Order: sequence, then C-alpha cells, then structure tokens
Amino acid sequence: MPDKDNSAQLAVIGAGPGGYAAAFYAADQGMEVTLIAPEKNPGGVCLYVGCIPSKALLHVAEVISEAKHAQDFGINFGVPKIDLDKLRNWKNEVVEKLTGGAGQLSKLRKVNYIRGTARFLDAGTLEVEDESKKNSKLLFKNAIIATGSSPAKVPGLSIDSPRVMDSTSALEIEDIPKSLLVIGGGYIGLEMGTVYATLGSNVTVVEMKDGLLPGVDRDLVNELSKRLQGLFAEILLNTTVVSLAEQKNSIKVSLKGSDAKSQEKIFDKVLISVGRKPNSKNIGLENTKVEISDKGFIKVDGQRRTSVPSIFAIGDVVGEPMLAHKASHEGKVAVDAILGKKTVFEPAAIPAVVFTDPEIAWCGLTETDAKKNNREVEIVKFPWRASGRAITLGRTDGLTKHIIEPKTGRILGVGIAGPRAGELIAEGVLAIEMAAMASDVHLSIHPHPTLSETIMEAAELFDGQSTHYMRTRRKP
Amino acid sequence: MIKDVIIPDIGENIEKGDVIEILVSEGQMVDVDTPLIEFETDKAVVDIPSPSKGRVVKILVGKGDTIKVGQAIVKIETDSAEPSQPQKQAVPAEPIKEEPKVSKPAPEPTKAKEVAKLPKIVAVPKKETVEPEPILGGVEIEPVLIGSAAPASPTVRRLARELGADINKVTGSGPGGRISEDDVKAFVKRIVLQRGGEPTVTAPRALPLPDLSKWGEIKTEKLSRVRALISESVSRSWSVVPHVTQFDKADITELEEFRKNFNRKNEKSGIKLTVTAVLMRVLAQALKEFPRFNASIDPANEVIIFRNYIHIGIAVDTERGLLVPVVRDIDKKSIVDLAKSLDDVAKRARDKSLRSEEFEGGTFTISNQGGIGGVDFTPIVLWPQVAILGVSRASMQPVFINGQFEPRLILPLSLSYDHRANDGADAARFLRWIAEALEQPLMLYVDK
Repeated sequence: MPDKDNSAQLAVIGAGPGGYAAAFYAADQGMEVTLIAPEKNPGGVCLYVGCIPSKALLHVAEVISEAKHAQDFGINFGVPKIDLDKLRNWKNEVVEKLTGGAGQLSKLRKVNYIRGTARFLDAGTLEVEDESKKNSKLLFKNAIIATGSSPAKVPGLSIDSPRVMDSTSALEIEDIPKSLLVIGGGYIGLEMGTVYATLGSNVTVVEMKDGLLPGVDRDLVNELSKRLQGLFAEILLNTTVVSLAEQKNSIKVSLKGSDAKSQEKIFDKVLISVGRKPNSKNIGLENTKVEISDKGFIKVDGQRRTSVPSIFAIGDVVGEPMLAHKASHEGKVAVDAILGKKTVFEPAAIPAVVFTDPEIAWCGLTETDAKKNNREVEIVKFPWRASGRAITLGRTDGLTKHIIEPKTGRILGVGIAGPRAGELIAEGVLAIEMAAMASDVHLSIHPHPTLSETIMEAAELFDGQSTHYMRTRRKP
Repeated sequence: MIKDVIIPDIGENIEKGDVIEILVSEGQMVDVDTPLIEFETDKAVVDIPSPSKGRVVKILVGKGDTIKVGQAIVKIETDSAEPSQPQKQAVPAEPIKEEPKVSKPAPEPTKAKEVAKLPKIVAVPKKETVEPEPILGGVEIEPVLIGSAAPASPTVRRLARELGADINKVTGSGPGGRISEDDVKAFVKRIVLQRGGEPTVTAPRALPLPDLSKWGEIKTEKLSRVRALISESVSRSWSVVPHVTQFDKADITELEEFRKNFNRKNEKSGIKLTVTAVLMRVLAQALKEFPRFNASIDPANEVIIFRNYIHIGIAVDTERGLLVPVVRDIDKKSIVDLAKSLDDVAKRARDKSLRSEEFEGGTFTISNQGGIGGVDFTPIVLWPQVAILGVSRASMQPVFINGQFEPRLILPLSLSYDHRANDGADAARFLRWIAEALEQPLMLYVDK
C-alpha cells in the first residue's frame, strides 16, 4: 500500500486558471488533491505573466490616453510624468494580491500545493521535484495535465539579447525604449504595443499576413486599425522579418515586404509575439501512452480525457483557443468526468477579447467562419456613431454585430469592437448559450444610456427596425 | 479442409448483432460445440458454437464488430481430408512446412462453408428486462462545432446528457425550435414508452465505491454478461416493485410419500416427479383462482392486465449464474409432462442450449432452494410479473395433532408480491390455498 503522504486521488500539474480551477473544484467535491506548479502560489501564466499584469498595464495606458483625449473636451492634464519603478511595483502588487489570494484559497480547501515540477513515470506515478530539488514519487488515481503554453520562438530570430523580449520580459517594462518593433500583429503584440506606445515608445508592428489579428472579422479589426494607425509609428503588413542582429545599443532588423524588397531598420528593442506553443514536452509523457498531435497538443476527447483513461488534459496544452476561461471550464468538465458524471465540454460560445483600445470581442460563430463553411447567415451591424452613450464618451469608433440564423432568427455569433467590448460580450455569450433569438434580445429592455443598447439595437435590425439607426432593408 | 463458419439464422428476424468477445484464438483446436464467439443481438447474448472439430486457422471478425447473419466469423481447418497439419506419427514424404496453418486462401477444394450450430443462450434476453438504453445511450463525447449546437440552454443540454438522450434528436417546441426541459423529458418518456417499459423506470445509478484497497488487498474481476444482466434486472425490479413477502408452511408428509412411491414405480421410465413439478400443477389451478397474481400492473395508465395464459418461470442455478427459463401453458399439461418439461429446461439452461424466446413471456416464477437448504427467503419479483414463489427445504417437525406431537414433513413457502397488484390479505389467502392444495391434492379436482 502506498504511503498516504505520497499518493493523491487527483494530481494536477500546472496551476494556471485551468489547473487551479480544477484542483479547487475537485477539493470542494471531497477529493484529495495535489497541485504542482513552479511558482510560489497558484496562478500560472495568466496571473503571473499574462492576462493580469498586461491588463494592469493596459489600464494605465487607458488612463494616459483618456487624459490626452480630455484635451478635446477642454481639459488639459499636461504631459504625464511616468515613474516607471512605481508603475512596475503597482503591477507586481496586483499580481501578488491575486496569486496570494489563490494561495489562500488553496490552503483553505486543503489542497496539497507543491512548489516544483512533475513528470510522469507511468500512468499512475509522477516524479515530483520540489523547490529544494528533492525528488519524490507521487502515486495518483487520476491526473490532470494543465501545463499551459509558452511564447513561441522563431529559429534565427529569437536571439539571446536583453533587447529582444518575449511577452514575459516585455511585462517587466525595464525601460521605455524610444523605438520598439513588435513582431506579430496578434493580440499579444497589439496589447503590449499599445502599452509601450502609450508610455511613449515609437512602435512599429510587423505582420506576415495581410491584416492585423488574423482570423478575426475584418469589420471589427478595421475599427481598431483606424486608431492604431495614429498610435503606432508604422504598421507593416504582408511583411516578414528576415533577420535580427544585435548592435551596440540597438537591434538591426531586416524586413521583407510583399514587393519582395528587403529593407533594414534599427530599433532600440524588439518584442517577439508570434504565438504560443503548448508545454507538452519534459513532463514525461513519453513514459505513458498519452498521444500528442504533430503541433504538440495533447489529444483529448470531449471529456478532456487523454488516450490514457486515468489522465486528463486541459487548457492551452490541448489546443486553441488558448484562453484562461476556456481552461477553467475544461478543468471542471475533467473533474466531473473523474467523478463519473455525464459531462462533456461543448460550449456553444467561447468569448475572446483583445484588450486594445478600442477593445475587440467576439463569441460563437464568426462571419469569417460562416463564410468559410458556406453557412447561410444574416449579419446585422449597429455602428456606434448611432449610440448616445458612445457619443458622450467621445468614442464613436465602435461596431456591434450579430451573426444570425436566417430561418429561425437565432443568434449564432456576436462581435463587438469599441471601448468596453470585453465587458459587453458576456451578454452575447449568454444569448448564444440560451439559444436566444434576435427578438429575445431586443425585447429585453436594456439600460439607457449605455453601450449595451448597441446589442439590443443590432438585434432590432434583424427584425427590420432600430430606433436610432436607419438601414435600407435588402428584403422587400 | 478449411471451412468458413458463418453466423446461423438465429430466428426472431434477427439480422445482425455485435461481437462481444472472441472466445478462441488462431491456432487453437476446437471441438464440436466449443463456443467461438459471444454474439449479442437485440434479443439475447448467445455463444456461437463450433460446428465441427478442427483447428481455428483464421479469425475473420474483431471484438466490437457488427456482423450479419450469414457472415463468416472464423475459418476452421477440419481433421478430415487432407492432413494439412503436421501429423505426429507419420513421416511425410515432403518436409513439413509449418506455415500452412495460417490462412491459405489457396485452392480451396470445396467451397466449404459451414453454418455454425444454432447458438446457445448465455444470458437472459433483453426484451424482458427493459433497458432504457440504445437511443438513450452513453455520453457523446465528441464536442460539437461552434455554431452548430442544438438550440437549448446549457442546463437543458446537461439534462439531456444525464438522461442519455441525444439533444440533436429532440424537437424543440419553443420559438425558433428552442428545446425546453419539458421537450427533453417528453422525448425520453416517448422513447421509454415506445419500448413498452414504464416511463418511470430508469437504470439505477451506480454509486461510486470507496477505495477498498485502503483496508487490504483486493482483486477486481469483470462481471460476466449474465451477472451484469442479472444485476440490471433485479435492480430494476427492486426499484419498481413495492415488495412484500408472505410466509407459510405446507404439510407435505402425504405428498412426499406419494412422490416417493411414484418415483420408485417409474424409475425405469426416467420420469421423476419433483416438488417443483407438483407446485406447478398446483399453481395452474391457484393462478386461475387468484388471477391477480398472474397479472401485470400499469400504474401510468391505471390498469391491471390479466393474462389468460399461465407460463411459469423456473429459477435455475447454473455455473454462469441465475437463469429463468419459462415453461409454457402449464394449465394444459399433465403433471408428468410438467415434470418432463421442467427437467428439460433445467438441463438445457445448464448446458446453454436454450433459445432466447424460451426466456420470454413468464407470468409467475418459482424459485426452489429446497435442494440446497435454508429456511425462508425473500425472493425478488421478476418485473413485469407481480409475484414469485420461494420454496425452501422441507424438514421433519413435531406437529400437535389430536392431542399429541407427530413428526410431519413441513415445506416452508415464501411468496414475494407486488403490493400495487395485491394486498396482504390476498397474498395470505393465495399462499394458504397453495399450502392446502399441497396438503389435500384432491382439492384440485373439486369443481366449483
């Protein structure tokens, strides 16, 4: 019989929002849980070097930008003075507060939190290396792999230099470089680019594809692009980075555009944000029969069970979208499956938010995907210039759209661009999960004057009439 | 020569089924009647036995395959004709090749196809044990694509999942086809009713076991198909039927004397009169006197259904577990015929040669433990029947008769019944009637 101290009903490897949500839920359901992660407290990338610190910094950027915007209303705050150390400390305090809180919650639930790393020895045993590098074996009945993802590296480009950052080091804002090149026009690049640009850097964004935020509906991205063109020094599309070379006090970058001509530019710093890759290596999966896809994602079924019945996997390590809230939900599904409940991960909508200014948020079916799959949909759009609240904010650069099933009027997808889009999208998720029809949404009274009215009025458009917006009907 | 063994026509319009288990391996020697595969149809689980003696050269189906009647399942090389397997004694002219054991589709001398022998039932048929299953199946664990989820809220989708219903098959009654909780329930109810079951019946939920290895060493074995079906069947009966057990005793001293004499006289003919056979004869009459014990109750429609036939299920203790074959129309059979039928089904239950329909249609069941021992037990009613008679071992007991104790042979009887169909007083009268009939068999011939 195993030593009680070295066995667990459930071992969770990785303590991001997927891992700790699973561990906490399992503990609340009466299981003995061991949670293993390298940081002092649960939190993972999201709390330590992802969502949370970046949002703290984006809030700062928003304050600066609002203060500047106030000039238009006759209020002048002058040029902001930035105390970088204090700013960094504040960001770190936010992180500590949240991760410390997660640590408290873990203790209260009697979760056995081990600060360390773990690798599988077989389908029932983990080797755990703790803080003091001591190894021990942990027998488990079930395990959940929640090891997340790390910034992808580009061979040849990811050179070892303090001037070349990934998302983690960029969050440290060691300084405000005069010029910054952001490689990759995805959400991480645009969010961090926004932070640095607002703090005063000249930011250039280079993107391989023909538009920012590849895959996102173009009309939403256009609302953002318009503003980013003013914020960023340059946005280079259809452009690839050929090489990086460290020079004294700068980085020389060679770029190749769609015209196939190379050009060289000099930047103080470079941020590489070309995506993230799953952390499925170095956890001993080769000692189990857990299968991994050619992209490195762990293969799971709808209950998040791997090809080894005792082992589950959730979050970034099982696939896109790599989002904290998806991971948390999967964590609960996996625990329910372990408990023998008839459960399955089958969301009708997973919201995604880009926390730029304006924000972009969407959920459910996108117009892009509908087109790709030849799915017949009707699109209704409500531009924010018709929203009273948007005008009072001086921010009419926004759009709310619904992707609707024509026959039934059922809302299949919602997309929003504009300030606070991330908060607004939750209504769209609820509408889709509840299988709401456009009429359900517009027959629900929305508070005035708020941006949420744009969701109601966009839904009204499907039924032919919106109070604040006139649209010529295509149908007779 | 090499023969294909095909799935025989099992009857009852069965066209296909699933291979649950492959019971032989390639290279194995089999005899006539060696079970080759375990085959599950809608009606029953059967062993498909080998039609001939020989060596299995090739298995043509896999575990879990759905196969049709008439389809080949294995190739068997029979001993006859060419001695293609190396013989021990004879020294062949040519060097022996070890290979030809493996599939040699080569020139088959005769297009040999052999129909497997008719299968033997190894488990009670499903029809009688109503499972709210197939369409209400397991959890569909492939997630749906974004944008193609059924129009139902997450709570309703979860309900459907828990009830085992495919949400995509449910018709929504709401605007835009939205599926409500009531739609899911109505869907499940309809399916259960279509199958003739009671709408309230659901498979009992298995509770998770605590970790038993905490207290000592354990060993885990998979339930046999028969065990699993018994488990399901009795759980269902136990949860559906409000059970009461009535006890009584019958003085069978005279009956026993008659039985012994009869058996002694008929020793040569092989006919053996057993207590169970006598009981069947008694029940043939008793169930006519008390038709509510030969009925089924349908509370959903608030009706009791009387049967104008009496088919008695006989609980048989076999190696594989409890089987309950049915002896039909016992009221139309003589006591000698009953004794013969009883002997026949009991034997065939043990050697697995009963056909699936021989388990169906029972109206009342007898479970006789007299051969083993014990005093009184509380048998479980085999739903949708409403009563079962348990019989324990008879024993000599002092009975106070005419001012003194006399040794009498006393038979303990236990009648479990569905209280929805009969009350305690009915049961007491019914069981007393049976006891008296055993004591005074002439009663059976007193016309009323």
